[in-house]
Amino acid sequence: MAYLGIDVGSVSTNLVVLGKNREIYAALYIRTQGKPLEAILSGLNEIYALIPDELEILGVGTTGSGRYLAGVMVGADVIKNEITAHAVAASLYVPDVQTIVEIGGQDSKIIIMRNAVVTDFAMNSVCAAGTGSFLDQQASRLGIPISEFGKIALSSTTPVRVAGRCTVFAESDMIHKQQMGHKLSDIVNGLCEALVRNYLNNVGKGKEILPPVVFQGGVAANAGIKAAFEKELDLPVIIPEYYNVMGAIGAAQLAREETDKTGLTGFKGFKITGLQYRTTSFDCSGCPNNCEIVEIYEEKKVIGRWGARCQKWDII
Amino acid sequence: MPKVTFPHMGESWRAFKMLLNDLGNEVIVPEKPNKRTLDFGVRYSPEFACLPLKILMGSYMEACLNGAEIIVTSGGSGPCRAGLYGQVHKKILNAVGQDIDVIVFESPRAHPIDFLRNIKKLNPGRLSYLSVYDCVTRSWEKLKYLDRVEKLTHSLRPIELEKGNTSKIYQKVIKWLDDAHSLEEIKRAGKAALEELLLIPRDLGRNVVKIGIVGEIFVLLEPSCNLDVEETLGHLGVEVHRSIFLTDWTRDNSNRTTQETLTALEAAKPYLPTPIGGHGQETVGHTVLYANKGYDGVIQLAPFTCIPEIVAKTVLNGVSKIHNIPVLTFFLDEQTGKAGMVTRLEAFVDLVNRKRTNDNYDLKLGMAT
Repeated sequence: MAYLGIDVGSVSTNLVVLGKNREIYAALYIRTQGKPLEAILSGLNEIYALIPDELEILGVGTTGSGRYLAGVMVGADVIKNEITAHAVAASLYVPDVQTIVEIGGQDSKIIIMRNAVVTDFAMNSVCAAGTGSFLDQQASRLGIPISEFGKIALSSTTPVRVAGRCTVFAESDMIHKQQMGHKLSDIVNGLCEALVRNYLNNVGKGKEILPPVVFQGGVAANAGIKAAFEKELDLPVIIPEYYNVMGAIGAAQLAREETDKTGLTGFKGFKITGLQYRTTSFDCSGCPNNCEIVEIYEEKKVIGRWGARCQKWDII
Repeated sequence: MPKVTFPHMGESWRAFKMLLNDLGNEVIVPEKPNKRTLDFGVRYSPEFACLPLKILMGSYMEACLNGAEIIVTSGGSGPCRAGLYGQVHKKILNAVGQDIDVIVFESPRAHPIDFLRNIKKLNPGRLSYLSVYDCVTRSWEKLKYLDRVEKLTHSLRPIELEKGNTSKIYQKVIKWLDDAHSLEEIKRAGKAALEELLLIPRDLGRNVVKIGIVGEIFVLLEPSCNLDVEETLGHLGVEVHRSIFLTDWTRDNSNRTTQETLTALEAAKPYLPTPIGGHGQETVGHTVLYANKGYDGVIQLAPFTCIPEIVAKTVLNGVSKIHNIPVLTFFLDEQTGKAGMVTRLEAFVDLVNRKRTNDNYDLKLGMAT
């Protein structure tokens, strides 16, 4: 008996099958690549192959920016925002966690918890500096695989100061430092420190960061960033084993809490991967907003609509 | 007849339309701010200006294209650049070839002569002062009912049985107010509107959290500038209370300052003793008052680059800890994508819900350790 959690993010789509005793039957991290629909279907297919045949799915939860899409497709019992999902997941593994640092593909957030309750949170608002996408981009510009990024940063001996306020400034600063002849490892390390500085000044501004600090999200794989956090905070930083699928774990746990209350699940089963899903869009000309309405079809039936600024298209 | 327009702020246009019409003007009703408004606004405004300047710029431009000749707007008091916007808009519109005049109403208390002169300009029918007074009284009554009806929707939305019902009925009943003209009719329509809303099937047993909304006046009053935050919160099961309504603001700046504003300024004193322009002090004061009244949380709405609200936001960090009330700030700009806001609102509502059920929990705990 287990619960399925799906986290559809901008960069990755993650699926987790979580057992009753917090054991993970299967965890998947696949790239969304701008096609959430395909990512969800292929993810479901893959994870179905990974779990034991007789395993019963008692509930399903979705989170991430594509949570509504995923929710109507699979028949989710709970559709929750990423902040709650991440907080729930972190406290499963570190029950007394007080600070959660989460850095994903397009967003970064800080969640402050006291007595296992979220008391404060912040997300990057107008700037994506310091998120996974930027690191990806810089790694490919420097010609190093993203998986090596952290190791290279750690081998630095004299860190170089890189501007962290804005990714555009950071990039020109890095190019300048390269032209000056600084070592690659020092520049990479400088970038890690700049991102952490920016994160703490921007997202973490005014927040009281107390241990235990849990660091999760795709960027937690980067040992350079972890080291920079530990240096800047002067605190140990815990990275959970399944750091890159914590959102999905949280969604699965929330599905468990929900179905414990209701006693039944709306999960449509893995068979849905055999169905045809497609989306269409059209411009509503009801008012000058010209909202672009997206419709999702399961076979020939509309199962969801998005994009309207009024309720005109809410009823399906 | 001169063709007159004015800023679009929520549903208040219904009252202003009637007033200006009765005084003998042809009213070009401003369009509800939409994509085109924003496009015009961004094209003709300085890049660094705040959202209210841009939205109004776009709104005026649309009105000009619909034939408007005069714009009626309000001035401002204190050190906020919005006080200059009337003149800035006029200069820009003239520079891009729109022959338009702007009439700026400053607080009649501070500039009584100016006020009467402006009235005269907008009174081409040469109505007597007594008749003008009558027109103002009627539109004031309409404005008061519009505010009261809107307030009621805030408390009905979180407990409605069928999601979206309140918004639907609201759209229907404000049209009744729109059609009413004499004082008698307005009162009747207003009462009927309130009664009709109260007929909506409700779930009185529902657990409703209460959130106060503070911030800059324009983004507070115009839902299309704040991505309909009040409606979104209502559907998340939140009863919202907005700290500013147009009728209160008008009272503050005409006859005498309302008790509510005086208390808010008093409450802000320990944290922000001097006026910093805009609604900075009110934002801080109302947050303290909401905490005292037992609200579960406060949401601050501010235009991106708004100095008074930036100052207030920094002060709110401390206020939030001392008064044990969670505060969430949104800076609003050109962005029309709502997903980010919905995520934050949902998480915030989760937070205040859990805080409420967890009695022994205290925000200040963190400070002690």
